[in-house]
Amino acid sequence: MKSQPRYDVSEIGELLWNGEDGDRSLMAVLEEIQARYRYLPEDALILVSERLGVPLSQTYSVATFYNAFSLEPKGRHVVNVCMGTACNVRGSRKVLERIRDKLGIQPGQTTEDGEFTLETVNCLGACALGPIVVVDGTYSGQMNGSKADALIREVMSESEGS
Amino acid sequence: METIRTAEGLEEYRESLVARREPDKPRVSVCCGTGCRVYGSMKVIDAFRKELGSRGLDQEMGVVSTGCHGFCEKGPVVVLKPSGVFYQRVGVEDVPEIVAETMVNGAVIDRLTYTDPATDKKIVYERDVPFYQKQKRLVLDLNGDIDPTNIEDYIVFNGYAALSKALLQMKPEEVIEEVVHSGLRGRGGAGFPAGVKWRLCREAKGDVKYIICNADEGDPGAYMDRSIMEGNPHRVLEGMIIGAWAIGAHQGYVYIRNEYPLAVENLRIAIEQAEEYGFLGHNILGSGFDFSIQIRPGSGAFVCGEETALMASIEDRIGEPRPRPPYPAVSGLWGKPTNINNVETWANVPLIIDRGAEWYSVIGTDKSKGTKIFSVVGNINNTGLVEVPMGATLWEIIYDIGGGIPGGKECKAVQLGGPSGGCIPSAHFDVPIDYESLQELGSMMGSGGMVVCDENTCMVEFARFFMDFVQQESCGKCVPCRLGTRAMLEVLTRITQGEGREGDIEYLLELGGQIKESSLCGLGQTAPNPVLSTIRYFRDEYEAHILDRCCPSHACKPLIQYSIDVEKCTGCGRCLRKCPAEAISGAKKEPHVIDREKCIKCGTCLELCKFDAVVVE
Repeated sequence: MKSQPRYDVSEIGELLWNGEDGDRSLMAVLEEIQARYRYLPEDALILVSERLGVPLSQTYSVATFYNAFSLEPKGRHVVNVCMGTACNVRGSRKVLERIRDKLGIQPGQTTEDGEFTLETVNCLGACALGPIVVVDGTYSGQMNGSKADALIREVMSESEGS
Repeated sequence: METIRTAEGLEEYRESLVARREPDKPRVSVCCGTGCRVYGSMKVIDAFRKELGSRGLDQEMGVVSTGCHGFCEKGPVVVLKPSGVFYQRVGVEDVPEIVAETMVNGAVIDRLTYTDPATDKKIVYERDVPFYQKQKRLVLDLNGDIDPTNIEDYIVFNGYAALSKALLQMKPEEVIEEVVHSGLRGRGGAGFPAGVKWRLCREAKGDVKYIICNADEGDPGAYMDRSIMEGNPHRVLEGMIIGAWAIGAHQGYVYIRNEYPLAVENLRIAIEQAEEYGFLGHNILGSGFDFSIQIRPGSGAFVCGEETALMASIEDRIGEPRPRPPYPAVSGLWGKPTNINNVETWANVPLIIDRGAEWYSVIGTDKSKGTKIFSVVGNINNTGLVEVPMGATLWEIIYDIGGGIPGGKECKAVQLGGPSGGCIPSAHFDVPIDYESLQELGSMMGSGGMVVCDENTCMVEFARFFMDFVQQESCGKCVPCRLGTRAMLEVLTRITQGEGREGDIEYLLELGGQIKESSLCGLGQTAPNPVLSTIRYFRDEYEAHILDRCCPSHACKPLIQYSIDVEKCTGCGRCLRKCPAEAISGAKKEPHVIDREKCIKCGTCLELCKFDAVVVE
């Protein structure tokens, strides 16, 4: 089983410096932390603020303004449903409703067992394949309710089997 | 690679590359844009490499991994060169046959060719496919020919010749005049003349100036900028370097959506290569001019496509817009004069410098010059990227190039300009498209997302969708946008739920007008457009929802019912087994019935029924 990446404060220091170019920008550091731990731990925000000399209030406002950042740990599997216009006219709403009911969570939430996070995105630019669902970075195109149901079932059974 | 320091050096290098090329060498060009990758094109390209390797043909035949060809509907798309044979929906299993039959024997595999839905005719060559035939590809011209991760491919096709011309033969003022004279207008939305903006920035006081490429392509349904960056990133860079020279900037940024990982990667590679060859960095092409480019990934905020919000984001702050003036040309990034153009605009620049403003300004209409790339998506047969001269009609794009509407349905409207734009009903499809004509119709060019709606798209629900989008993406800084869009959304939601009231339409019109007038930035000022334009053209649909409590397009859940046509139902039991609400009953081979009390209107039965027996009314 793939375990939740553990947050290690000593790693944050490495992320801050970009070799001879000096410090990275605030957003770039937050993006790296988000990518590594799938969320922004509180201690990390404090450390980043201190090291970059940015007020914590500003770090917090940036961390909560942008969709890419999360203050809560995300699930092991991230299910992202494209709700762009092209996917919408091809029925992405039904796809989202079906996945929402299947997982029992609203977009933005994580299941209690920490297995799934459900998210929506406003267009991935792969409109020919709409509606699109992305599970852990893998795209599935031309979805409908029943295909979405099968897709989630498949991920669930793989998860249990591993 | 030694850096190139003179115009002659670049030409000599280009000639040496051209001499090394074997134009007659059989090779296969596989589209590896984001769309085709989803269909599995990376596996197809691996299969080609393996197949050629195992047959010992990898020296005499080649494989090119290209960016987006644009015909996304038919991916993975494969073109055999030099013949131009075009195969669509190619799978790994087809690869050995393509190598043996087409690449070795020169025979065409019938089943992989494209059939024109309009004439039912099989089409063998890419140049004969109506989707491509009727386009005018200036910006996307090289996407099917070059490997975007190989700078040499771009140089062979005259790449960086415009840069050499601008830096070594022209004064910055002359470059600006050329761009002014070409009539190029910003492709990101508002259509401001690019050359005029450059001139303002050049003339602004200050030693430090910046240029920015806005690659935060956030309009849902628009992906031409992504495809340009994925397929031909060097042309964007070349445009930016020319712009920097003209304006007098030494640092540039590309602010790019994080949702476009492949574009970020290809751009990153292109910047490294351009630095290595001497097109970026110190003393570019020996001209004494220094310029470097950094990539800044966005973090998923739609409002950051607005230029002042974008700059705030580069400055590591939250993406809130600020009032203009001062315009960025005077006070932009870190308070310095800054010029922002979007990806497609920058990509037009090398063409203008290379071939001249005279040549460019002949293309298009009186006030809108050049070509525009539209991403034609939604309920359309040929989803993909369409580049046409300004002045083409919607009819040409939707029917001649787009192949019409799937299932023989009627086209109700197209939505242009994303959440800032408006819809255009089919009655106006013969109007030549340019910045002005679209505005008169209550829509806008925007970035070029063109969403086609068939007869089953409810225009009220469509307007609600956009309002929901804008409401979520509103940064919250100004009241009209933050609260006004919420009020509009509440009314629209009520109407689609069958709880509309008389006076709702007038309320939406009034509130929409006020939000447009009083919002701080472009997001709020244009947010009511989708609602206003659907009321303008489809008021009857609003009235049907409010007065008759019905959705004429059968799309709004609370206003529709599912039932089964007893004449058509064969009692196969497919819907009964799959209904998540267990609302369907009936004996085997007997017509089934839907229990309306239990039915959650999820539409599963409609998707599954092979006999068209499920009726929505």
